[in-house]
Amino acid sequence: AYKRFSELLPKEERENACSARVPKSQILTLPELRANPFRHRICRLFSTSETGDDSLSFEDFLDMLSVFSDSATSDIKSYYAFRIFDFDNDGTLDRNDLEQLVNCLTGQGEESGLSSAEMDQLIQNILEESDIDKDGTINLAEFQHVVSRSPDFASSFKIVL
Amino acid sequence: RRQLSGRRGPVRQRARRWAPFSPCGWSRVCVGLVCTEAGRAAVQAPAPLLSPFSSPQGCRGLWYRLLSLLRAAQPGHYALKQIGGRFGSSVLSYFLFLKTLLMLNFFSFFILLTFVVVLQAVYPTASVSPQPFTGLELLTGAGYFTHSLLYYGYYSNVTLNDPCPSSPGGSVCPLPAPLLPYNLPLAYLFSVGVSFLVTCILLVYSVSRSFRESVKSPTGDLAIKVFCAWDFKVIQRRSVKLQCENICTQLKELLAERRSRSHSQSLGHCLVMLLAWGLALGSVLGCVLAVHYFSEHMHTGSGRWQQEAVLLVLPLVVSLLNALMPHLFNLLAVWEKQDSPVAQVSVAIFRNLILKVVILSLLCYHWLSRSTVCSTEECWETCVGQDLYRFVVMDFIFTLLDTLFGELIWRLILEKRLKTKQRPEFDIARNVLELIYGQTLTWLGVLFAPLLPAVQMLKLLLLFYLKKTSLMRNCQSPSKPWQASRMSTVFITLLCFPSFLGTAAFLSYTIWSKQPSETCGPFRGLETIYKSGKMWVLVLEKSNPNITWFAWVYQHLLENTCLLFFMSTALIAVIYFNIQVVRGRQRVICLLQEQIANEGEDKRFLMQKLQAVYEQRHR
Repeated sequence: AYKRFSELLPKEERENACSARVPKSQILTLPELRANPFRHRICRLFSTSETGDDSLSFEDFLDMLSVFSDSATSDIKSYYAFRIFDFDNDGTLDRNDLEQLVNCLTGQGEESGLSSAEMDQLIQNILEESDIDKDGTINLAEFQHVVSRSPDFASSFKIVL
Repeated sequence: RRQLSGRRGPVRQRARRWAPFSPCGWSRVCVGLVCTEAGRAAVQAPAPLLSPFSSPQGCRGLWYRLLSLLRAAQPGHYALKQIGGRFGSSVLSYFLFLKTLLMLNFFSFFILLTFVVVLQAVYPTASVSPQPFTGLELLTGAGYFTHSLLYYGYYSNVTLNDPCPSSPGGSVCPLPAPLLPYNLPLAYLFSVGVSFLVTCILLVYSVSRSFRESVKSPTGDLAIKVFCAWDFKVIQRRSVKLQCENICTQLKELLAERRSRSHSQSLGHCLVMLLAWGLALGSVLGCVLAVHYFSEHMHTGSGRWQQEAVLLVLPLVVSLLNALMPHLFNLLAVWEKQDSPVAQVSVAIFRNLILKVVILSLLCYHWLSRSTVCSTEECWETCVGQDLYRFVVMDFIFTLLDTLFGELIWRLILEKRLKTKQRPEFDIARNVLELIYGQTLTWLGVLFAPLLPAVQMLKLLLLFYLKKTSLMRNCQSPSKPWQASRMSTVFITLLCFPSFLGTAAFLSYTIWSKQPSETCGPFRGLETIYKSGKMWVLVLEKSNPNITWFAWVYQHLLENTCLLFFMSTALIAVIYFNIQVVRGRQRVICLLQEQIANEGEDKRFLMQKLQAVYEQRHR
């Protein structure tokens, strides 16, 4: 992991790789993240930069790898998945978040997306199935409850270097 | 994490943007991060910073570095990552299943090698002079290999390392007793038994682990599909686009299904289904009759070359049927137009399974009844071992041909002739059933050819690289929805239940009631193979009167069938109890969900009342 991280830095900064920050544009050239539709959310989530430019230090990079690794428990994975899907960072998944999520999943092209009627039906069904306290949004506990019932979640929420 | 940052010298102020949600959760996060962080990164730079805490940290650093090297040095690690990155978890599950089989075979082979094969190789028996080696032996397993370590017939029935082999009459031997006598027949029986026991334990453990992971409640498919659909392992741009399209199609299908919940089962549809099942079962019967005919009426030709070649006819016919019939079943399933794609896949798998089970049962009966060509050979066990070797080799050749024609040539036809961009899909279910069939053949043959697991291991290794190359060049990822973990559970259960239990039953019958041949093998002259164990217990009893309790245990517990009944009853009772507990818990979950919904409503009601009261007061 150290080797991959230092490859992203320009040559003169490679000796200080532990304290350097890699800008977001460089992180997105990693093959594991290049084509992922959630790459911007991942960078935003794991970045601890005070300036808000979504750059990652080596510790942030390791944070990200450890969450996506084999040994992370499914609690950790579902917590971070919830934060990735929470596009407006308000702590719950409401209708807008769900709509953006489905658009990411089905691709950005117009011909491959769902029609607005289908989107409404889909979001209605999701809220019916997972919103237990019926407040119109999905909070962390409800999300973790839904995800815990899927055996595939832990193995698909994985990035291997 | 804060602790580790503190230890690293300058304290880093890390502004946490989110509050920790629970102390337990954060401690787990800390432990997880520290372990994976240290295990994953072969960190070089911070090592000098850790020098104040020198020797335990240095050792641990070395240990973690070794772990990460081991992880990367696993065979096929990069290949698996490539496959997962391009095709997703579903195709990856086939290759992981192949690796599991490789591991099972390795354990069996290791046990047999150390306890039986190596010792017999060190003390070779004086046997007939071997026939000259021609290339055909690799295919037929006969000729040069007949009197070699590969088959049962070579193994001796005496105690090795014994300067004067004693007769059963117990005559006195003038020479001193050997230092390390090694009773080969007993070792043979026990090695086979132990390797089966180890395989059984590993299989039951895998089945229970995947059952625990794959049991899920029936409601909530759509939410689960949306939240867990994205496979983060897929990294190639083209595959990512394909995955987006697949998810879109699946969501549309699910929504359409929900909208029109009522499907009318018209009479025509029922008739079509009945006809398809009739055709499938009829074709299975036809195959069985063909195999029976070929096994009974194989004529021997003149000349040695023809005699050896004729032995290959039955394996050829069986492998041909096993390769062609699944394609027929797939076509039938497409013609039948099942309600859902999952049902289509399940029905095709089930028909394929019936075909293989029936053919294997017929072959087992045919081997045990000894009414075969093996009457020319005095040693029927070697004959059966040779037959199984031929089946394994022929299975491999046909898998090779099937990959060549099914994938490479089909892709060339699609591209050049029909000029479509579509490539053939990798049929996971059919390939996994082929692997299970091959493994069943190996397990059937372990008693008769102790080196067969080695042959199977070689075959699996070659198959891994062959399938991977063909997949990368010729195939596209499957478009049907595939729940990787549920299907993995189904496959490992199929490996355990019809396959392993069937071979265990076959071997138990052979050991318990078949008479071994008179002139060859470690159990010659005995009534059944099982009697050798009994004789050993009697010898033990005679030699040392203090261990009569062992003989008593053997006689009354192991040989008594009442114990088996008690154990089965206890197992069934435990299973029933667990099922009732699960049902009770599901009911509790439903009640709790209702309670949460009611409390939400209560809260809303109270807030509305509060608001109304405030508004009244301010008016």
